[in-house]
Amino acid sequence: MFWQRKELVCQEMVELITDYLEGALSRSQRRRFEAHLAGCENCTEYLHQMRATIRLTGSIDAEDLTPAMREELTELYRRWRAEEDEE
Amino acid sequence: MRVGLIPALAVPLRKRREAPPPDEDGELVARLRAGDEQAFVQLVSRHHAAMARLAGSFVSSPAVAEEVVQDTWLGVLRGIDGFAGRSSFRTWLLRILVNRARSTGVREHRSVAVGDAGPAVDRARFDASGAWMSPPQHWVEDSEDRMLAEGLADQIHAALGALPDRQREVVVLRDVDGLSGREVCDVLEISEANQRVLLHRGRSHLRQALESELGGL
Repeated sequence: MFWQRKELVCQEMVELITDYLEGALSRSQRRRFEAHLAGCENCTEYLHQMRATIRLTGSIDAEDLTPAMREELTELYRRWRAEEDEE
Repeated sequence: MRVGLIPALAVPLRKRREAPPPDEDGELVARLRAGDEQAFVQLVSRHHAAMARLAGSFVSSPAVAEEVVQDTWLGVLRGIDGFAGRSSFRTWLLRILVNRARSTGVREHRSVAVGDAGPAVDRARFDASGAWMSPPQHWVEDSEDRMLAEGLADQIHAALGALPDRQREVVVLRDVDGLSGREVCDVLEISEANQRVLLHRGRSHLRQALESELGGL
């Protein structure tokens, strides 16, 4: 149709992907994005990989509170309380 | 719609590690105000990992990062009566941390402001029309196993460490600590557009690092 803008190319897709995942694309951009995706195996794989990247990043180990740090912070609390009580 | 699209869309976006529920923080905050030491210790345990990671992103030495965390808790204790609950406790806490970290040991920011303006994927991988010429190599299927078996986590840590500071701050808060985009904007005092650009650059770098590590298996 005459008003339809030209299709997105793969190189544009990889730059729009975060806005797509964040829900920040306009409705028409989103339609164009999904239209490209439906016909492009490589960009579908790319989207799959971005989601996997997010998931894998979210699964790295937490830096646990060491007993020494916990002890130190508990001390900090007690010192603060003592100062508060003096005032 | 092609069948091949469905598995990609079916992958849940949410990560397994959920952020602490804000209402439980609320209860602990109330107990902290009432002078309950245990409530303090619980809040510390609950938020320590995110604080340590964020502090480490601003200051280079672990010892200084630890000082920033302690200093933040002192700020929390002194300011808790003034905490109005307009933002979540976590947002408030991390904002204090960012302010402390910035005034303490601000690391020489390695990168330019919004970060390298480089493309998400090397331009050489597309043809003149912008279509993939060297398409993404497949690696997702193996990654979960590799995560467990071969210390892929170390590679991810390394890739995060190699990101420009501001990208790392955003990616860590979003994808490791599970903050919302809104919360990240509040904590780092950046605009939503900026937040998305930094997130995009950071995640694109990480994807490339994973492809380089795992691709072509």
